[in-house]
Amino acid sequence: MGTVLEDRASVGQASPPGLRAPTPGRPMRRGGGTERAGDRVARTAATAAGATILVALAGVGLFLLARGLPAVRAGQGDLPEGASSFWQLAGPLAFGSIWAAALALVFAIPVAIGVALFITMYAPRRFAGPLGAIVDVLAAIPSVVYGLWGLMVFAPMTAGLYGWLATHAGWFPLFAGQPSATGRTILTAALVLAVMVLPIIAAVCREVFGQTPTLAVEAALALGATKWEMIRMAVFPFARSGIVSGAMLGLGRALGETMAIAMVLSPTPFLVTIRLLGNTNPNTIAAAIAQNFPEAYGMEINALIGLGLILFVITFVVNYLARRMVARGARQGA
Amino acid sequence: MSTAIDITSLNAYYGSFQAVADVSLTIAPRSITAFIGPSGCGKSTLLRTLNRMHEVIPGARVTGSVSVDGEDVYATGVDPVLVRQRVGMVFQRPNPFPTMSIRDNVLAGVRLQRRRLSRHDGDDVVERSLRAAGLWDEVRDRLGKPGSSLSGGQQQRLCIARAIAIEPDVLLMDEPCSALDPISTLAIEDLMAGLRASYTVVIVTHNMAQAARISDKTAFFTIDGARKPGRLVEYDDTTTVFTSPSQQATADYVAGRFG
Repeated sequence: MGTVLEDRASVGQASPPGLRAPTPGRPMRRGGGTERAGDRVARTAATAAGATILVALAGVGLFLLARGLPAVRAGQGDLPEGASSFWQLAGPLAFGSIWAAALALVFAIPVAIGVALFITMYAPRRFAGPLGAIVDVLAAIPSVVYGLWGLMVFAPMTAGLYGWLATHAGWFPLFAGQPSATGRTILTAALVLAVMVLPIIAAVCREVFGQTPTLAVEAALALGATKWEMIRMAVFPFARSGIVSGAMLGLGRALGETMAIAMVLSPTPFLVTIRLLGNTNPNTIAAAIAQNFPEAYGMEINALIGLGLILFVITFVVNYLARRMVARGARQGA
Repeated sequence: MSTAIDITSLNAYYGSFQAVADVSLTIAPRSITAFIGPSGCGKSTLLRTLNRMHEVIPGARVTGSVSVDGEDVYATGVDPVLVRQRVGMVFQRPNPFPTMSIRDNVLAGVRLQRRRLSRHDGDDVVERSLRAAGLWDEVRDRLGKPGSSLSGGQQQRLCIARAIAIEPDVLLMDEPCSALDPISTLAIEDLMAGLRASYTVVIVTHNMAQAARISDKTAFFTIDGARKPGRLVEYDDTTTVFTSPSQQATADYVAGRFG
């Protein structure tokens, strides 16, 4: 014991070789302020980037307000599709946008969670990496490709299924009515949207599932939890806010999606219905803008911009609500 | 009924790296056994092989056998989930489930085994487990608060309550006090002395005074160098290990001269 202490004491006597001796009186002030050049450049660049996004957002908002608001007062004759008031036009389209996006999320979220769980928890490690990369690539496929696939491959495949559903489950309000023979329904559009948003949600979920604390995983397993029980006890509670964030990213993409909807759906103006299988389907804001813009003039253009404003507001509200959910989850310690 | 553990020719690996080499030892029921030794000597790995938590790490594997109550936990057909229900574990850092209340934390393991748990039975288990963990008086009026609202020492006792709520035969403790202050450490040591009456306790500790204070038997492990496996040097009554060890390496280690 004694020898150890003596050894340590002797080490402290002289500076080890290679280290300079302390210089007394080194300065603690410098000319030109305390901010170094590198810090100044980084701060300016970051501030400029932050300002740019605000300016762009404000610019878009102002444009939508200035050009869109006049249409709110427009009457019959000035509006697209022969609408008698702006709200007659906007209401059903807003419903269609939210309805299609919500349906898409209902289909996409469980599958996305499943994909993410498979990659992070079940897949052999050799496959997990490539599989994750494939999911990321899927997220980057342009929506027009999904639209083409939905129109030419998927919709014809669904027609038979829709007929069967309408016959056997027609008592269920969503499946009521005469089924479409072409399969070009809001349900098909929502399913195409679901396939589109799935990779984004799956990618975010994979990320958060992968960050589950080992401590929590081991706590669950050591209590005799099976893998699925461990996932429910340890993985999901930590991932809740991340799942919501991923779903909101997906929702944003689904709400704003133009091409897939415009290509798949044959919409009926001013229609609000929750029937999923019919020949008549509500349209969405984004698709209506794309479809009507080429032939629009005068006040019709203002009306379409006004629709854009509505979509802008919907997106804002949804994002705000999602953020509040996430914040509440965070306060609960998730 | 608590249980003896029989470890025979146990080797543990992480991928191609062997962490534990050829350990055999027998642990008596209703005793406290301490595993001591320098960092990297494989004592935590060995502990984790006893309830099949070692294999949770990708690439980790085990050869040899571990018998709990005469049954080899590595025999084919043995379900690690059922092994872990009988061999509980407390970790180095307190790990209550942060989104669960104190009550739900205690019941977390119980609910896995008993789907339908009446309010009344649940209350009984919570009180009994928290009393056994010496935490009842401190938390009885805030059982609905999150487990993460407790201090570190309280959280660790909550984890002990959670582990004994499922009534295991064996309780493994992996450096349970190393993240705690001396007062919390003392509370846990007192609690362990009480646990010995019902459970077979195995504890890994870096604190040799703690091993000397609480354990009946002590196993000393060491490594012969980096990337070498840990091996058992000496296993005997704690008094013998600390006062008249048979191996020079043990004597050097317990005296603070590591070599």
